[in-house]
Amino acid sequence: MFKIVHRKALKPTVISIEVEAPLVAKKAKPGQFIILRVDEDGERIPLTVAGCNREEGTVRVIFHVAGATTKKLKYVPEGGYIADFVGPLGNPTEMEGMKRVCVVGGGIGCAIAMPIATAFHEAGCEVTTIIGFRNKDLVILEDEFRAASDNLIIMSDDGSYGREGNVTVPLKEMLAAGEKFDTVIVFGPLVMMKFTTLTCKEFGQPCTVSMCPIMIDGTGMCGGCRLTLHKDGKDVTAFACVDGPDFNGYEVDFDAAILRSRTYAEFEKHAYDEACNLFKAADEAEAAAAKA
Amino acid sequence: MALNPKKHEMPSQAPEVRAHNFNEVALGYMAEIAVEEAQRCLECKNRPCVSACPVNISIPEFIHEIKNGEFEKAYQVIYGSSSLPAVCGRVCPQETQCESKCTMGIKFEPVGIGRLERFVADWHNENTCENPIVPARRGYSVAIVGSGPSGLTCAGDLAKKGYDVTVYEALHAAGGVLVYGIPEFRLPKAIVAKEVEGLKQWGVDVQTDVVIGKTLTIDELFDMGYDAVFIGSGAGLPNFMHIPGESLKTVYSANEFLTRSNLMKAYRDDPTTPIMKGGNVAVVGGGNVAMDAARTALRLGAENVYIVYRRSMDELPARKEEVEHAVEEGIQFKLLMNPVEIIGYDNPDDKRDPKNGNVTAIRCIHMELGEPDAKGRRRPVAVPGSEEDIPVDTVVIAIGTSPNPLIKSTTKGLEVNDHGGIIVNEDGLTSREGVYAGGDAVTGAATVISAMGAGKTAAAAIHEYLSKKEKF
Repeated sequence: MFKIVHRKALKPTVISIEVEAPLVAKKAKPGQFIILRVDEDGERIPLTVAGCNREEGTVRVIFHVAGATTKKLKYVPEGGYIADFVGPLGNPTEMEGMKRVCVVGGGIGCAIAMPIATAFHEAGCEVTTIIGFRNKDLVILEDEFRAASDNLIIMSDDGSYGREGNVTVPLKEMLAAGEKFDTVIVFGPLVMMKFTTLTCKEFGQPCTVSMCPIMIDGTGMCGGCRLTLHKDGKDVTAFACVDGPDFNGYEVDFDAAILRSRTYAEFEKHAYDEACNLFKAADEAEAAAAKA
Repeated sequence: MALNPKKHEMPSQAPEVRAHNFNEVALGYMAEIAVEEAQRCLECKNRPCVSACPVNISIPEFIHEIKNGEFEKAYQVIYGSSSLPAVCGRVCPQETQCESKCTMGIKFEPVGIGRLERFVADWHNENTCENPIVPARRGYSVAIVGSGPSGLTCAGDLAKKGYDVTVYEALHAAGGVLVYGIPEFRLPKAIVAKEVEGLKQWGVDVQTDVVIGKTLTIDELFDMGYDAVFIGSGAGLPNFMHIPGESLKTVYSANEFLTRSNLMKAYRDDPTTPIMKGGNVAVVGGGNVAMDAARTALRLGAENVYIVYRRSMDELPARKEEVEHAVEEGIQFKLLMNPVEIIGYDNPDDKRDPKNGNVTAIRCIHMELGEPDAKGRRRPVAVPGSEEDIPVDTVVIAIGTSPNPLIKSTTKGLEVNDHGGIIVNEDGLTSREGVYAGGDAVTGAATVISAMGAGKTAAAAIHEYLSKKEKF
């Protein structure tokens, strides 16, 4: 059992938790992830490490309440326990030799982008950050991004906060104006990563994407997280858990990844609706409290 | 009394019943039948069965005890050589091991050694609940990486000798392939849990949720004070065929398909982890894992389940009983066929059609058996122009695995072969002092019992190594 020692709702559906897991806290590096189960017989879900406190032996993860498991996790209180928390898994983000980077985050992907931006900043890199959200209400971690960035650009789809448009708009402007980064590193929905990669490609700008596919064990056993990479004119199978999660955006077959990500869409929707039903009273109480 | 030329039948659930449930297929001998079967053993002097057992169980001795109705004594004989009797009695390929060398088998059917082993183990589990007398501690500790058959065997042998043993398991439950791979209907999880509990009574500490190579490295285990390490981390990454369509939505590796159903309990009516159920399913491969996947798919509600295998029935590498069970249950064998492409649904007018990316068929080419290869198996050769589409909704690929890279990549000086398998000597010693390895991490995908044999060999070698070592 692993204790949730700290819990903070960044938004009603975006929660930050710190979990007591000393072995993971000692090792975890930016870009790595953990797998957790909320309870016995629960599903295993991967979440990216958002930071750790090595002295206190805690690991921070930020999650978006999007499915049945994250719904359950949302209602584990501070001081409560979850069944499993294992990691750190995957490879850390490559930072060696980087001096100027552009971190791009989309929506909940910003929860992953923030610790990476911070890590680059702390390593002495010049960090340009572009983060995008659907609207003003969904903006998260702005202060943390500001502290980590030499230049922060906030976008919203509807123009309700920052500039209007998606993240590729300012990226394209910068690249067209002759900006060059050691890498552009992208975190967010697959479609957003696909188009950010295409924008980079247009200008020959190297681009790294952080893949978060369906996964079970996270240790290279099940093969569920496989991706197709186009490498040297050949299609190669790679596993996000042991070969990733970061990949060269130019090589990733995004269309195949997008299809695979929807494999259980129907099941997930059904499970989420059931979980919502289960936590209906709690949700209503929360909504009422927010109003008051 | 005249000798019965045939083995006593194993009572089993009827095929038409068991095809729709996940309960164990084989039900086990009753005591009277076990004693009668034991009577068939000639207790011959040269004991060929013992040397054909990877862990050298004293087979005639335990059968002798069964004849006398001394079932607990029989259990103790087996337990002296095997830490997991209830598991081995169920999953060992006895027909190629002990029973293949049985003297009775020269003229008649061999003694049902596996069935008797299972009977004895089940009898013990039901009737005995003594706590073992744990031997005095030796003051040395050993870390075991992985709680599969090799790790549990090594842990059991060392704990019985008085070593402090910790088993590190990456997943949330102990048992390795015995819990994520082998299905409930062939090896009930309760039996594995019972065997693990048995080891805990010997003082073995099991730590789940620790990935060696990630959470801790081999070097850190030594820093923590362990005196020796055994790596039994299993096979790892599933192999794919590298044909078009393998990234389609309803294409699984056997590891994923079985893990979802077994470890994550997707077979239940209200699972938290989803799995594709129903429709037509093609399983590619002919080993035990392929049989397990096919029979799981059937129980999940598939209408037609096909085994697609590129050789013929005679070359199927699976355990004989599993093939027989699969045939009885109605699994259809598409033999001498090799997949060349997996075809998926694609609605050109609607990119968001939820059916996009679902498998619709597997395209296979017919094969002929040609000249024998280096292993003596006849090599299958494609017949040009003989492609045929089999309409299916799900494809499960069960063509083996490659060793997991996590430990190798984080352990300096640990040598591996071209296939990524850890290199060991005859004692299971790796290229690093105090580090031993065995099971699929060394050999690539093999059997439970050969992994147990390797765990046993390594335990003996670790005991010898630590006996010579001065404790500071």
